[in-house]
Amino acid sequence: MLQIPLWKRLFIWALVAVGLALALPNLFYARVEQANDARAAIETLGATPERNAAAENWPSWLPSGLVNLGLDLRGGAHLLAEVQVADVYEQRMDGFWPDLRDALRDARDEVGPIRRADQGGPELKVRLSDAAALPRAMEVARSLARPVASLSGAGATDIEVAGEETADGAMLTVRLSEAERAATDDRTVRQSLEIIRRRIDEVGTREPTIQRQGQDRILIQVPGIGSAEELKSLIGTTAQLTFHPVAGRTTDAAASAGPGEVIYPSIDEPDTFYVLERTPVVSGENLVDSQPSFDQNGRPAVTFRFNPTGARAFGDYTAENIGSPFAIVLDEEVISAPVIQDHIPGGSGIITGNFTIEESTELAVLLRAGALPAELTFLEERTVGPELGQDSIDAGRIACLVAFVAVLALMWASYGLFGLFANIALLINVGLIFGLLSMIGATLTLPGIAGIVLTIGMAVDANVLVFERIREEMKTAKGPSRAISLGYERALSAIVDANITTFIIAGILFMLGSGPVRGFAVTLGIGIITSVFTAIFVTRLIIVTWFDRARPKKIEV
Amino acid sequence: MRLKLVPEETNWDFFKYARFTLGASVVAVILSLVAWLAIGLNFGIDFQGGTTVRTEASAPVDVAAYRDAMEPLGLGDVVISEVFDPSFAADQHVAMVRIAAQEGQEGLSAENLSAVQDALNAVAPGIKFTSVESVGPKVSGELIQTAVIAVAASLAAILFYIWLRFEWQFSVGAVAALFHDVVLTIGIFSVLQIQFDLATIAAILTIIGYSINDTVVIFDRLRENLIKYKKRDLREVMNISVNETLSRTVMTSGTTLVALLALLILGGDVIRGFVFAIFWGVIVGTYSSVFVAKNVVLFLGVKRDWSKPDKTEGNQFANIDA
Repeated sequence: MLQIPLWKRLFIWALVAVGLALALPNLFYARVEQANDARAAIETLGATPERNAAAENWPSWLPSGLVNLGLDLRGGAHLLAEVQVADVYEQRMDGFWPDLRDALRDARDEVGPIRRADQGGPELKVRLSDAAALPRAMEVARSLARPVASLSGAGATDIEVAGEETADGAMLTVRLSEAERAATDDRTVRQSLEIIRRRIDEVGTREPTIQRQGQDRILIQVPGIGSAEELKSLIGTTAQLTFHPVAGRTTDAAASAGPGEVIYPSIDEPDTFYVLERTPVVSGENLVDSQPSFDQNGRPAVTFRFNPTGARAFGDYTAENIGSPFAIVLDEEVISAPVIQDHIPGGSGIITGNFTIEESTELAVLLRAGALPAELTFLEERTVGPELGQDSIDAGRIACLVAFVAVLALMWASYGLFGLFANIALLINVGLIFGLLSMIGATLTLPGIAGIVLTIGMAVDANVLVFERIREEMKTAKGPSRAISLGYERALSAIVDANITTFIIAGILFMLGSGPVRGFAVTLGIGIITSVFTAIFVTRLIIVTWFDRARPKKIEV
Repeated sequence: MRLKLVPEETNWDFFKYARFTLGASVVAVILSLVAWLAIGLNFGIDFQGGTTVRTEASAPVDVAAYRDAMEPLGLGDVVISEVFDPSFAADQHVAMVRIAAQEGQEGLSAENLSAVQDALNAVAPGIKFTSVESVGPKVSGELIQTAVIAVAASLAAILFYIWLRFEWQFSVGAVAALFHDVVLTIGIFSVLQIQFDLATIAAILTIIGYSINDTVVIFDRLRENLIKYKKRDLREVMNISVNETLSRTVMTSGTTLVALLALLILGGDVIRGFVFAIFWGVIVGTYSSVFVAKNVVLFLGVKRDWSKPDKTEGNQFANIDA
């Protein structure tokens, strides 16, 4: 009855070995981190002797996953931003006004004189001097509506038109429809997210977290940055989008630019540089919109639209330079350099190239990503200095060690040899926790360290339950082998029930918590899994192996 | 020589002082509620909005001077407290400055923050600001809501799980014990005016997790013994069950408390409130598993015949002669 088949034994030890191997890199944290950084740098920026040397610090065949340190341990800044999505409604209505005005003027005979009556805001109000003309004006306005491009709003149009008669005529009100607002909000937040990600990636800090939260919020966590203020100003900087005439193309980064020229690298073609005229034809402030689209041959393309000033400059330039390339430059990198096919009047155009659909979507986002589409309000700001984080790590490490030693001593004193077995399992348990945390790329926070300490205390529980049960079974004197086997069998239901309830709590904490609390939930949950595994399988295997060898007549638990 | 926290064989009557222990629990719960209402919790910025600045200087903290320096800034309610911790170096003097939420602002504006930093730098040259946290009133309102949902959802989930695995009487007993633990924790936080923030809520949920763990082990044994000793009085079976599991209860609480004690003393001041809540909760939770949960079950009574299903169930007219 104390038989464990060989394959099972091997399987258990293999799992333990894998878990411990995954935990191993954390013992050499700084070294592995440097090696990982160097490998990432080689991947994106190319190899240099220093990078290669740093990468070789940690053999590539070993696991290299690390437990991420949370902001409270590493230091850095945390921001919770709310995107003021309503800002965009106003821009949309302002953009809609010229179209509406022209349409109403075309129908002047029936509508009569009109005047814009709002002072900005999410609603466009137009005063009509003739109340009788209201139905016709509403009809004209409705004819400008476009279908909403979203799944949920199928069949809906982008604007709502209302009208009411007033003392001196009538008032026509146009606002965005519910469906269009939802679609716009979503687009605004995604656009903001994309811009923020670009801004932060440029600085190249390690492991930033940029997440959408709920409808209109964005969570930004950047380790290693000095303060939340610094992060805010970084996000707030507008991207510089410009359109330049192209003077030439080179593969030599060190080529010298002529007077009034600059050399910018290409964003996606390696080793390609463009020589451009320094003064842009049009810059990003003049860009109003950009959307992914398809050209007449059905290939993915990107459309763009300028405001009147930009449109005039762009129209003049394209008329004079048909057949020559112009470069679209974002923050001193050339996104693409298409050839001008035709005179482009009216300020809108289409960029074709060898795009995939994903690329065209991304380019449209980048083009729009000149500036944040709406203002951000910061609801939560946290800065933790690196010194405080280091103090916390040091304190946590000492506390962990002391807790560990104390629990080991207590177990040994209480259960003797069996206590030692449990202690081996406990050591394995902590290793496995770190292994799993590294594997899933979890973030360790200060409460997370507390979670590990708590797990050290509670992990022995399953073993205690079993040992106490074995003691009891021995009183009814069935021989040691039977007592051990019954002890495991009968303690199982208590172990399972007790741990499932705790696991439910960890799950709730994970779902509802954020940041440090979530880190705590993760270590608590993983701790439960590993402690049940080590108690039921590892300790038992150790005991059985010992029992097979020693064959004691009597055991003392 | 083995360490025995509990004698080998115990046969203590845990109901002997039931009137006293349960009475004490009821009184403690009531006192906690009174303290909560009368004194109130010392909410952190998570729940109240506002800004905290942690400062570190080589010169000793002069709270009055700090306050005087901040006075002219007109930032409203400012609380300055010195922080002590055994892990600090001799020339490490830490203080927490807490500034109330500013009217009409979500966070503390950059100008206000740098004004605060300049003012403090004037009193304590070379002062460092090791952390600055600011939470707007909008988020803090939502955090309160989330916290309440989290605690309620945990209790409901446990009520359901225990009902599924045991009987409804057990789940009521378990949740009564958990309620007792939660209220007592809130009570001690009110009395000692320890900062109550998001981490404290996490601690309360952990306490719920720990306490239910303890309770379930006893319930599990009770279920087993109820089948084993069919003829014995429920109260007697409960006593046997608690005595049998007592050494495990004490051992597990012991190891957990030892580990937590290490963290409480050495873990640094940043998580001390959090660790204290869990430490307290483990003590209260162990007590409630032994003295509260099963008393409620005893009061409610338990179906004793576990072996065969009730034959008349769903057939209430079977006894009626037609």
